[in-house]
Amino acid sequence: MSLPPGLGPRIAAFCEDLRAEGVPVGTSELLDAFAALETVSWNDQADFREALAATVAKSPDDRRVFDLIFNRYFFRAAEAEAISRELREDDRYEGGERLDPNELREAIRQAIAEGREGDMRDLARLAISAFGRRGEGSGVVGVDVQRIRRSLELQPTPPGLKDESEGPPIDRDGINRFERHLRRELERALIERTEKLPPSRPLAELDRTLPTSPTQDLASVHRAVAQLKRRLATLGHEQRGRRRHAVVDMRKTMRTSLETGGVPLKLRYKPKRPRRPEIIVLCDVSTSVTSASMFFLSVLHALHDSFRKLRSFVFIERISEVTEVFEDERDFREISRRISREGGVADVSGYTDYGRVWREFYAEVADDLHPRATVIVLGDARTNGREPHAEIFAEVAERAGRMFWLNPEPKLYWNYGDSVMSAYEEHCTAAFECWTTKHLEEFVNVVAGGRSVPES
Amino acid sequence: MRSVAETKSALEAVGYLADEPAALVSYLAEALGKPVLVEGPAGVGKTELAKAISRATGREMIRLQCYEGLDESKALYEWNYRKQLLHIQAKSATEDPHGETEQLENEIFSEDFILTRPLLQAISNPEPVVLLIDEIDKTDQEFEAMLLEVLSDFQISIPELGVIESRTHPIVVLTSNNSRELTEALKRRCLYLWLDYPELEREMEIVRLHTPELDEALVRRLVEVIAMVRDLDLKKPPSIAESIDWARALLLLGADDIDSEIFRQTMSIIVKHRTDIDLVAERVGVRLGSKTSAEAPAG
Repeated sequence: MSLPPGLGPRIAAFCEDLRAEGVPVGTSELLDAFAALETVSWNDQADFREALAATVAKSPDDRRVFDLIFNRYFFRAAEAEAISRELREDDRYEGGERLDPNELREAIRQAIAEGREGDMRDLARLAISAFGRRGEGSGVVGVDVQRIRRSLELQPTPPGLKDESEGPPIDRDGINRFERHLRRELERALIERTEKLPPSRPLAELDRTLPTSPTQDLASVHRAVAQLKRRLATLGHEQRGRRRHAVVDMRKTMRTSLETGGVPLKLRYKPKRPRRPEIIVLCDVSTSVTSASMFFLSVLHALHDSFRKLRSFVFIERISEVTEVFEDERDFREISRRISREGGVADVSGYTDYGRVWREFYAEVADDLHPRATVIVLGDARTNGREPHAEIFAEVAERAGRMFWLNPEPKLYWNYGDSVMSAYEEHCTAAFECWTTKHLEEFVNVVAGGRSVPES
Repeated sequence: MRSVAETKSALEAVGYLADEPAALVSYLAEALGKPVLVEGPAGVGKTELAKAISRATGREMIRLQCYEGLDESKALYEWNYRKQLLHIQAKSATEDPHGETEQLENEIFSEDFILTRPLLQAISNPEPVVLLIDEIDKTDQEFEAMLLEVLSDFQISIPELGVIESRTHPIVVLTSNNSRELTEALKRRCLYLWLDYPELEREMEIVRLHTPELDEALVRRLVEVIAMVRDLDLKKPPSIAESIDWARALLLLGADDIDSEIFRQTMSIIVKHRTDIDLVAERVGVRLGSKTSAEAPAG
């Protein structure tokens, strides 16, 4: 069996779309995809999709993008084909006008509760004809979806309230699924009417922004931090002159010499243990950085996952060590709750007092600072008009090997108002603006010696 | 195995309930002769899939367990020094010690003196085999690079002997817990399969397959509790194997419902970390308790 003319270019174009979204699809993957498609039946959409996915999408992230693009691409391809062959379905919106809206709503609830995708699609069409003025909507899909949603009055069943008279319980996910069908059918109608495809847009939901909900983007923070770990671990002690200082491990050498009849043919060396980096992180949790502190806490959470030798502190007016909280607790929400409850970092005013923080920090950890230690400060350097005590900060920076400052504000705002960033910046090894995972990755790259972003 | 459906039923016959993607990829692995990279959280049946393929196809399974510091001599082959030395000593005792050294060299660097390790075994086996490379993410990148030759061309070059090519095409399954990102080069050569915790219904089927005597309602309850526990962001969420163990334990104890008492006693089967146990007892145990006390007569 060989590929009929037409599909080959389609698959190639599909992979081109995937590449545009950052999925690394190489020529060899493309060839594999063709080979795989020759062995499965194309009539089964699940098989077709899985065979393609197994050969081109090689991580869970890629798979997520794959599914989105797969739906979009083949939907568009089918529509484009329909336009070119002038196929129309003019009678698809018949019959909806006579429907009782309540009956329709119940039927939709039923379909959502039972998860029947095919029915949902048909009902979406009916809903469009019932509420959508015979498919001739406003011309803007989003507006039409809004209007039909309002007319249908679909509400998720509140948890705990299971009243049988209300029909089967449905949740927000189910409604979202139904609305996806609705949107798709509206798009289809729009394409049919205007006889051209709207321009394809890049996937909006993949834009990486500051994670506002902590669990939402924890994964990408963890990835960036995992990179940081690798870089820090290998930084500064590249093996100079391999084996120059290798020490022969007598015990192991004698042991292996038994294999060769007691003749030590092979020397065994003592392994060189890489020095473990020691990291101290200070994180501002005051109100002026509220929006960023969730992000910072998730960075801290990820750091704790990666480094065993890590001490972390949070501060507002005072400083408090929270290393233990992170060590006993895995659940992120629980961590943020415990920190706000047990931290005891706000004294009276709740405003950051950097000067005092440095004094306390110096008193507490000065003895542990040494040239191999790295100190990372996460904060906005807004002192609320109090004495910044940059000289103590300088002392800390002097003792530690490296000092980095990550500021959640754009560089433009540094040193405006009560920000005293410049006073601290001169003592830092480097200071960065950091409010997205992208910035975090940049920080990692600069720390590692200016390599450009290597992996996606 | 000639079709996806056939693969699926063959796997089921040997006790592995594969979902659609898993069956398809297993089928493609044989049909295309490409290695499969299986990723997913610990305990979702990645290794078990390889074993099931071996049972379903009737092929012998050769397993290479990866660990940090695994090197070529443990994975590919090693010269048998002892045998070589003995051979040399025996030779020099019986014959003229100043004999043909070149011939002696040829003798001791022949296939008789090689210790085959899993990869070479899989390649040189006259029968087709299933090669399982378990937890590939535990090794370092150098080892991965070494694997590339084996995986793409199914051959191994030994300097003294030349290139050994595979006589049959092994099915190769690599598993990874995703503890580190694998190199693009390796991924490119493999088919990719992501295994995740199964849906409620499928996990029920799996548990029932292994403990058919257990009451169906109880199995449902068990799987629901497991799902609840998995939702908790634990250090180590319970795996499928642990659900099965738990089901067996309940069967042994003759439990007919999972109430807070039974749960407290048997919790250690599914949760294996001190902080996790506290968390689970706090969040799940309490919920179970409130249910039974509500059912109990008031008093």
